Amino acid sequence: MNMKIRDVQAVSILEEAEKYKHEGYRLMQICATRGSIGSPSDQEEGEQASVPAYEILYTFGMGFRMEQIKVTIPQTDKISSITSAFPCAFLYENEMHDLFGVDVRMMNLDYRGNLYRTAEKTPFK
Amino acid sequence: MSARSVIPFGPQHPVLPEPIHLDLVMEDERVVEAIPSIGFIHRGLEKLVEKKDFQEMVYVAERICGICSLGHGLGYCDAVEHIMDLDIPPRAKFLRVILSEMSRIHSHLLWLGLLADGFGFESLHMQSWRLREEILDMFEEATGGRVIFSIMKVGGQRRDIPQDMLKSFCERMEKMREELKVLARTFLDDAAVQTRLKGVGILTADQAESLGCAGPFLRASGVARDIRVSGYSAYGDVHVIPVVRSEGDSYARCEVRIDEIFQSFDIIREAVEKIPEGPVDVPVKGFPNGEYMTRIEQPRGEALYYIKANGTKFIERMRVRTPTFANLPGLVETLRGCDLADVPILILTIDPCISCTER
Repeated sequence: MNMKIRDVQAVSILEEAEKYKHEGYRLMQICATRGSIGSPSDQEEGEQASVPAYEILYTFGMGFRMEQIKVTIPQTDKISSITSAFPCAFLYENEMHDLFGVDVRMMNLDYRGNLYRTAEKTPFK
Repeated sequence: MSARSVIPFGPQHPVLPEPIHLDLVMEDERVVEAIPSIGFIHRGLEKLVEKKDFQEMVYVAERICGICSLGHGLGYCDAVEHIMDLDIPPRAKFLRVILSEMSRIHSHLLWLGLLADGFGFESLHMQSWRLREEILDMFEEATGGRVIFSIMKVGGQRRDIPQDMLKSFCERMEKMREELKVLARTFLDDAAVQTRLKGVGILTADQAESLGCAGPFLRASGVARDIRVSGYSAYGDVHVIPVVRSEGDSYARCEVRIDEIFQSFDIIREAVEKIPEGPVDVPVKGFPNGEYMTRIEQPRGEALYYIKANGTKFIERMRVRTPTFANLPGLVETLRGCDLADVPILILTIDPCISCTER
C-alpha cells in the first residue's frame, strides 16, 4: 500500500502552504530524502543526465485528515521557507538544512547550521 | 521598559532529565522571548537504514528512546507492514494495544514523578515512581525487558503473552488504580501544587492547533485529537474517548495525563476481555517497495513514521517526527510572558523527550 502524494513545483511551495493555512490545515512535518532528477535511460536518449536531488515531503493535517505534497529540487537549488505561513516550520527547515544541506531561504529563525551539533557537516547528504 | 538580559537555561539543569538549551530574553523576572536550541545528543539513527536491513531496523527504532521504545517499534513495523500489505493476526493487534497502554501508564507515571520533583515535592516524586515500578515489573515478565522490549517485529509479535499472565496484570492494575487515586488527590487537590500549576503557561486551543502541538499538551488546551480514535492496531475494537480539558494551563496538562492513566487501565481490561486466541505473526516474504507514513499516539502525543523503500532489503529513508519535536514551538509560546521561576515547570509540562526529538 502506498500513500497519496501530490507533486508540486518548488516555485509554488509557499503558495501551496498558504492555501493549506487558509483552509485550516496545520503543518505536521517536513522531511527531506535524497533522490535524483532524470534517469540513466534519459541520458541514453540524449536528454538531460540524472542529477542528485532532494525530495522534500510536506505533510499537512486537519483533524484526522492528512495531505502530502512533494517538491523535488536539484541539490544545488534553493527552496523558499514556509515559515511565513506556518511559523512552526522553522525547526523542520533548520533540520533539513543541517542534516541534508538543503538551502532554505527566508526562515523566520535561522540557526545557520547550529540546530544539530554534528561532527560532520550535512551527514545525510 | 526595563533593560533586557539573556539567561542561558540548560542543557544542564536539575529539572531537565535530558539536554535542551533555551536562551531566555528577560525583562526583570519576566520572560519576553525564548529561543530553543537542541542538538547535543543527535545520534543519526535514521541514517542507519542504509546499513541495517528492514528487519534489523526494528531494534534501532526501539532504541530511539528508552521511554517510548515500544511505540517507536510499533510505528516502524506498522509503516513497513502497510507498504508490504501485511495483515497481522488479530491477537497481535490486541497485544500491541495492551503493551502500548502499559507504555502510556509507565510514561505518565514517570512524568508525574518528574513534575513532583520539579516543584520540590520529593515524597510525591518517589511514590509516583514506586507505582511505575509495578508496570515495569509487568513488562519484564511479559517481554524480558524493562526498558527495551524487543517484542515487536515486522509481521506481528516476536512472542505471545499467555492469557493467565494478562489476567494477572489486570488484577494488579486494579490495585494500582486504588493507589493512583490517592496520588491523584495530592496532585490535583493539594494547595501547594495548585499554586505552582493553576493559570501557569496558558496555551489556547487556537494557538495549540496552529503551532502543530500534539498529545496531552494539545488536549489540555481543548482540542480533542487522539490518533487512537482512528482505530489503528486493535484500537477500533476498544473504547477510546480523548481526554480533554479546556483551561490550557499546566494544571490541565496534569489532569489530562492522570485521567489518561485511568483510561489506560480501562482499555487494557477491555482488550484482555476481547483478545482472541490464535497466532501472533505472519510470514514475511520479499522486501518492502514503496512509501508510507503512519501515525500512532505515543504517550507524549502523535508520532509520525515515514518509510520509503526501494524493493531491496535496505530501506531508503526512515523519518520519525516525534511529539516533542512538534511541541517545541508550543513550549516557546507558553514561556512568553511567564516568570523565570515557572520556566522549569513549563518545560516539564510538555513532557520533553529530547532523545526522541534528536534521534
